[in-house]
Amino acid sequence: MNDFEPTIVAFFCNWCTYTAADLAGTSRLSYPSNIKIVRVMCTGMVDPKYVIKSFLEGADGVLISGCNPGDCHYINGNFKARRRIKLLKEILAQFGFQPERLRLTWIGASDGIRFAEIMREMTAQIKSLGPNEGRLKMVI
Amino acid sequence: MVKTTQVDLKDQDLLGALRGFFKAVLEREEISAILVPWRLPMKNTVMPTLITDPQQLDRADPLSPGFAINTARVVSRLTRRASAGKVVAVMRPCEIRAFVELVKLRQGRTEELVIIGLDCLGAFGNRDYFRWVGDDAEASTQKFYRAVLTGSGAAMDGVDLSRACKACELPTADGADIAVGLYGVDTAQHLLVQARTPEGENLLGKLGLVETQEPPGRMKALEKLVAERIAFRDEMFNQTRAATDNMEKLGTYLANCVNCYNCRVACPVCYCRECVFVTDVFDHEPAQYLRWAERKGAVKLPTDTLFYHLTRLAHMSTACVGCGQCSNACPNDLSLMELFRSVAHRTQAGFGYAAGRSLDEKPPLSEFRENEFPEVVGI
Repeated sequence: MNDFEPTIVAFFCNWCTYTAADLAGTSRLSYPSNIKIVRVMCTGMVDPKYVIKSFLEGADGVLISGCNPGDCHYINGNFKARRRIKLLKEILAQFGFQPERLRLTWIGASDGIRFAEIMREMTAQIKSLGPNEGRLKMVI
Repeated sequence: MVKTTQVDLKDQDLLGALRGFFKAVLEREEISAILVPWRLPMKNTVMPTLITDPQQLDRADPLSPGFAINTARVVSRLTRRASAGKVVAVMRPCEIRAFVELVKLRQGRTEELVIIGLDCLGAFGNRDYFRWVGDDAEASTQKFYRAVLTGSGAAMDGVDLSRACKACELPTADGADIAVGLYGVDTAQHLLVQARTPEGENLLGKLGLVETQEPPGRMKALEKLVAERIAFRDEMFNQTRAATDNMEKLGTYLANCVNCYNCRVACPVCYCRECVFVTDVFDHEPAQYLRWAERKGAVKLPTDTLFYHLTRLAHMSTACVGCGQCSNACPNDLSLMELFRSVAHRTQAGFGYAAGRSLDEKPPLSEFRENEFPEVVGI
């Protein structure tokens, strides 16, 4: 289990969390390379399909991260994302997905330190959960 | 206050009384047409049919256990724009609930529509119904409704209600403008007709029916029926959840799926005008299939079977009304209704929403509040 390196697909909004990731980089903060970042303009555009496809293709975790409440560049995209994540958690739970594999966080553009902390924490959590069974078993 | 009236039967002929009632409605000047379950002249199969000639109502069969399609889709087509005529639609409760969902998605309008809903006696699966109905559809329907209404049950001649109907805890037409009551009513003598909206009251007031009271036994009969249905439903949920509690089992559950997408076509609340799964998003490059196959040594074709079903659940589960047309439409007899309903029950509970309950409740994914679902956010 200890040498298991999870793959975590991350959808970061351009305005807050992606900028925080940039800040973490320019501040020379390190965070696990398990996080595979997809930059999107807003977490409100993360279609449930992106999350489902990630899991079916064998992602061990999916992280969606955007702006803090009230800070959304498009006013309320992050609130819409929250409802979609709520929906996905309800659906995936029936099929034995641990809810910890799908996460939504809000990290502001200036929170480089917090960003690196959360990435480390998420990676540690997924490591302890072990691999997603979709990666191991043939799924249709 | 609900306005309650009754229609008296002649010679214990329930179908005749309903046809007479529909004729009286259609003969009103302000009503242009009536949509009813209707026996096709060329074959004893029952389909939703739009009728303007009252004589044609002699073939109306609103108590038949045939339920070939969910009428909500058809009513959506009839009402999506102004038609310069008022239409009355005779619908089952699950059809009304599905239509309510479509109206909220702006795929139907209630402005020129009066919905008459009947207490639902349930339906057979399509294959069962077509096999069972025989040459004398009138006698078949009579046999069916008498069995159900006298309490001896719908199981007959080796067929029974579909599992969707056995698990249906909402058999009354609560969303109708005019609701016809059968359970707990002395249906040898009369049937109950109740106006549930001002629109319904307006129309019913013009028909000159005798006012009456809801019979005392009705509430009790309904409670008993609903309790049986909920027990069946919960057992069905438990079995389905146990059969799909990990992805491998879900794969097994859906292994016979051939990606025909019939469940999506038959679904009254699958609302996309064009399904993403038939767009070029899923016209994968030939080389892509080879890469997929290479990764695990094998890839089943067509691909994206689980992806399709999970995405569909994300789209329609909060609007699922449990009509069971998905199972009806499946060529390989997958237990789809069981799967979709058990997930829908979860997702609707998660949002405190019930599909088709009210026109005033917004679909969960079309609104949000600032402070909600704190458990979803954070590590």
